[in-house]
Amino acid sequence: MGKRVVLVEDEINIAEAIRFLLSNDGWRVETLANGASAYDVIRKAAPDLVILDVMLPGKSGFEILHELRSDAALQSLPILMLTARGQARDRDMAEKAGVSRFMTKPFSNTEMLEAVRALMA
Amino acid sequence: MAGDTLTGSRIREKRIMGGLKQADLAREIGISASYLNLIEHNRRRIGGKLLLNIAGALEVEPQALTEGAEAALIASLQEAADQAGMTGHEATKADEFAGRFPGWAEVLANTRKRVTALEQTVEALTDRLAHDPHLAASMHELLSTAAAIRSTASILAETETLQPEWRDRFHANINEDSHRLSESAAAIVTYLEADPDAADAASSPQEEVEQFLSSHAFSFARIEEGARSSDEINAILDDAPELRSHAARYIAQNVLHQVADDAAVLGLNDLRAAVAKHGTDPMTLARALRCDVPRVLRRLAALQELGAGLVVCDRSGTVIFRKSIEGFTVPRHGACCPLWPLFGALGDPGAVLMARIRQFSRADVAFDSYATSEAVGLPEYNVRPLVQGVMLLLPAQAGTGQGADVGSTCRVCPHTECRARREPSVLSVGV
Repeated sequence: MGKRVVLVEDEINIAEAIRFLLSNDGWRVETLANGASAYDVIRKAAPDLVILDVMLPGKSGFEILHELRSDAALQSLPILMLTARGQARDRDMAEKAGVSRFMTKPFSNTEMLEAVRALMA
Repeated sequence: MAGDTLTGSRIREKRIMGGLKQADLAREIGISASYLNLIEHNRRRIGGKLLLNIAGALEVEPQALTEGAEAALIASLQEAADQAGMTGHEATKADEFAGRFPGWAEVLANTRKRVTALEQTVEALTDRLAHDPHLAASMHELLSTAAAIRSTASILAETETLQPEWRDRFHANINEDSHRLSESAAAIVTYLEADPDAADAASSPQEEVEQFLSSHAFSFARIEEGARSSDEINAILDDAPELRSHAARYIAQNVLHQVADDAAVLGLNDLRAAVAKHGTDPMTLARALRCDVPRVLRRLAALQELGAGLVVCDRSGTVIFRKSIEGFTVPRHGACCPLWPLFGALGDPGAVLMARIRQFSRADVAFDSYATSEAVGLPEYNVRPLVQGVMLLLPAQAGTGQGADVGSTCRVCPHTECRARREPSVLSVGV
């Protein structure tokens, strides 16, 4: 039984590529395209890893990150944040909010896999 | 000290007149009510930032709370010292400094005021750049699409045993995303070059002037009818809500004086009659009307029925006037393409250049350009005159060749082999 990841990403083709990539690497991937229900889904699924886009419909990645880190049961959950906004301010904000790793788009598949594996090491 | 006594009493008076409670004012300026009470009863010295804060909270000038300009000057000096982190005995000597060197003190206080104003301007501009919602949304779309293409392309290239079903799906995704990428890139370029829909959001004096001129369709009936005095021109400017800044009004004033000078020499009705007889060729018209070419170019641009564009630049190459024409972008920020005939004419005073041109990526829209330069300002002995360039753009007549390619500005020009390139394009190397 592979490890489980919840991928919250509204760009369907990015989600599909990441899903394929991680599935080939032995992960079971659950995808969500809307931020509104992300916290509830993640809490229920209790995955090994969350990959979170920043700009999402329903609720932003930062809001979801705050919700997850405010939950005592999820404080150590590895969270990889993806964003097209690579500004230092966003990175700082994410780090202060407790993100485990921050990646800017566009990223290479190798970078993505290495980041995911590093978070599981 | 009499001055301080007066200051405390004046603060109390202004506060009561404004209907503010002592505790509310104290909270607003970040001191205790008891300390404010001591100040109001003239039992504590008051000056520096605290005086400025109290004046701000009471919505009065600091001078209104003190004996006059001298006390305000001392307050400004003390604030400058605070901002610079000055401490110790010297920091308490602002009044002595102002007394011994009033001129220098004035310079220092004014410099501090100017620095503060400039800091606010920089902050506002930085904020605008960082938070331009349209640009941010467009860049997000662009980068997200690029991420999808990169990831999908890697899978296709690097996965040795990709099932046909997945392969077809990823091919379809790449096809879809590449179209999105093209559209996103084109949208950003259009926005960076010029955004005609953003006319209501003028953010510079030049844009305010452009808005003002557009609202009059670049034609001023009152001036054409003879209202050309400074007072009459100022009356037109007074009726222009688009001209919000002093700088915009200054620029517009120069433009209208030029329009008045041109109208006095060459009326639009005379020009229309000449065009009907001779056509739109500026050189033919200049000869027929015995009028100088730059003026003919400007007046042709004022004939609405021709739909012409006009660009005027000063000797530094800075665009000081533009009348836009669909299909030819004059950048709002940054230098224009040096291949424009306008700049060729600047380097060859008196010559009139005629060329068919088109902008890269807009290959189907060609223009007949006519460019020349002229001396401006009043002549003086032994002083080389300033010159300005004028370029008229007319929609190209059909069937007379494609013309030379030019750009808008290097930052958004896609031509990779350009001999005039100053800097890389964001379209080839990213932002």
